[in-house]
Amino acid sequence: MAVREAEPVGSLQEVKDAGLDREDLFGIYRNMLVTRGIEERGHILYKQGKIPGSFYTGRGNEAGAVGVATAMGPNDVGTPLQRDMGVHITRGVEPWRVFAQYMGRADGPTKGRDGNVHLGDAKLGLHAMVSHLPAMLPVAVGMALAFRIREEKRVAVGWCGEGAAARGDAHEGMNFAGVRHLPIVFVIDNNQWAYSTPAYLGYACEHLADRAAGYGFDGVVVDGTDVLAVYRETKRAIEKAREGGGPTLIESVTLRMEGHAVHDDAFYVPKELFEEWALRDPIERYRSWLREYATMTDDEEDELTSGVKRLLSDAIQRAEESPLPGPETVADGVFAMPEELETPHHK
Amino acid sequence: MAEKTYLQAISDGLRQEMRRDPRVFVLGEDVGVYGGAFKVTHGFQEEFGPWRVLDTPLSETAIVAGATGAALMGMRPVAEMQFADFVSCAWDHLVTIAAKQRWRAGTPVPITLRLPSGGGFSGGPFHSQNPESSFAHIPGLKIVCPATPEDAKGLLATAIEDPNPVLFFEHKHLYRRIKGEVPDDRYTTPFGEARVHRAGGDVTVITWGAMVYTAAEAASRLAEDGVDVEVLDLRTLIPWDREAVLESTRRCSKVLVLHEDTRTGGFGAEIAATIAEEAFEHLDAPVKRIAAPDAPVPFSPPLEQAYIPQVDDVVAGLRELAAY
Repeated sequence: MAVREAEPVGSLQEVKDAGLDREDLFGIYRNMLVTRGIEERGHILYKQGKIPGSFYTGRGNEAGAVGVATAMGPNDVGTPLQRDMGVHITRGVEPWRVFAQYMGRADGPTKGRDGNVHLGDAKLGLHAMVSHLPAMLPVAVGMALAFRIREEKRVAVGWCGEGAAARGDAHEGMNFAGVRHLPIVFVIDNNQWAYSTPAYLGYACEHLADRAAGYGFDGVVVDGTDVLAVYRETKRAIEKAREGGGPTLIESVTLRMEGHAVHDDAFYVPKELFEEWALRDPIERYRSWLREYATMTDDEEDELTSGVKRLLSDAIQRAEESPLPGPETVADGVFAMPEELETPHHK
Repeated sequence: MAEKTYLQAISDGLRQEMRRDPRVFVLGEDVGVYGGAFKVTHGFQEEFGPWRVLDTPLSETAIVAGATGAALMGMRPVAEMQFADFVSCAWDHLVTIAAKQRWRAGTPVPITLRLPSGGGFSGGPFHSQNPESSFAHIPGLKIVCPATPEDAKGLLATAIEDPNPVLFFEHKHLYRRIKGEVPDDRYTTPFGEARVHRAGGDVTVITWGAMVYTAAEAASRLAEDGVDVEVLDLRTLIPWDREAVLESTRRCSKVLVLHEDTRTGGFGAEIAATIAEEAFEHLDAPVKRIAAPDAPVPFSPPLEQAYIPQVDDVVAGLRELAAY
């Protein structure tokens, strides 16, 4: 039951053992580039006044998000949060729809009803977050409960930040999952800052993963800048849950490399901390690994990066062509109609 | 057809839904081995097993959020709050997530939340409330408040079938006190259709839940004065039967709105405002409201009696309207 601190991932053989071939490894890199690219381009669009409201990014958490999502099976589900764009991208949400969401267009996943990262696609097993963190975490527990009742070999993933781990929902959800031994993996994205509040003012234990022992399941701390380590630990936890082994709490440690949202310059984060973590940039780190262990060539890298650039430019154009929602639709769909439940997963 | 208590009708209805649809399951505190604090799920665990009649930890958050997650995965959870009062602990998951998920993310949340509510037995401030108006103000939630055993069973079936979050307020004071004929076969009672509990033509009382019986008793007293009182039982607040209320208003021209919930911002205010907007010219007297005062529910019997609208209060209100 004791908390384990995960080792970094080393050789290509070790990665192959964890179930990834070379193509998968390139796919992970691409998803990380798309994730960061969407948020960088989104930031520009925001400054151009094309995105209303506020704008949130997960810079520094690309490895955490993509690593977890890569380990999920096609029928698994989850409730990713505002630093987890990489989950949406990895599971197949099209970038143009993310931009449409940012810009409040009719083709965004919420059709302009909700903004920024509050998006999901039930067909991809993703359910849209709410601002009240971590309120979706016990909802993910309910998803796992459905799988358990129906004896399906599916797993739910519930996310939480280190800040929201202070809330009762995190405790109540984890406790219920522990008691019922449900097929769920809890991921705490510990990026060390909850808005301006440092982690030491949020919790007093050494690791948040220590709490797992109190719920009767395993906890593991993983370096959230190491995408392959995150993948390996999540894969292990998901397969354990799938086989009836109950929940695992994974604490993925990173640094939030930007402010809480675009308006916040994060003046309260010591400069040295940013400098230290910049050296561990998850994308740069993985790129070096790919070149060293997976013999990624210049040509391969160029092809990947230029493909991502094209994808994002096309995505923005398509999103800008998407209409704004009609004002007359404002109160449509407050209530569902019976036929909406005639879907495969509701039957 | 057999005579059943209000409680037995709910229990039978729920059992019928569980037999009919394997997606329906029950979760809550003490609903399994113990059969629920009021015994609505008595014997259920023996019939359906521990995974369809789940005893949860003492956590309304886990119950409502768990029901929401399971519903998103295609189940039809029926969650029990041990007392309606405790739903405050799960406000976030009901109001922030369940109520908004369809509108926002396009994913329906078909959950039924059973809420034993209401006072009249010295339950005090935390076991007696009628918080239906608070939730009626939240777009995306449906609100059901049955008064009779027959309606309780039929409305519960409709609630479970409905693709939205439904709050099913079952009045504790009716559980064993009220009996009525209930069909044995499965049936559904539609939402948004009021029921004429007692037909009349001089004054109409618009009410729901346990107050239906208070109104009916007051109406009998008024009959002795020669005043013919109608009692309209709304049965559901969201959606509510505006047409029936307006029709009764036009016919009787004098209206008393009665509820056990507190007065300010209570659902009765919505009804009175709608009548003022849409049937003003048909009124022969100002719309009158009788409700609990704007205070928490008290414990001591004389205080509680002063708090919950009594037959005498309604009689006085009706006489005032009749004389206007």
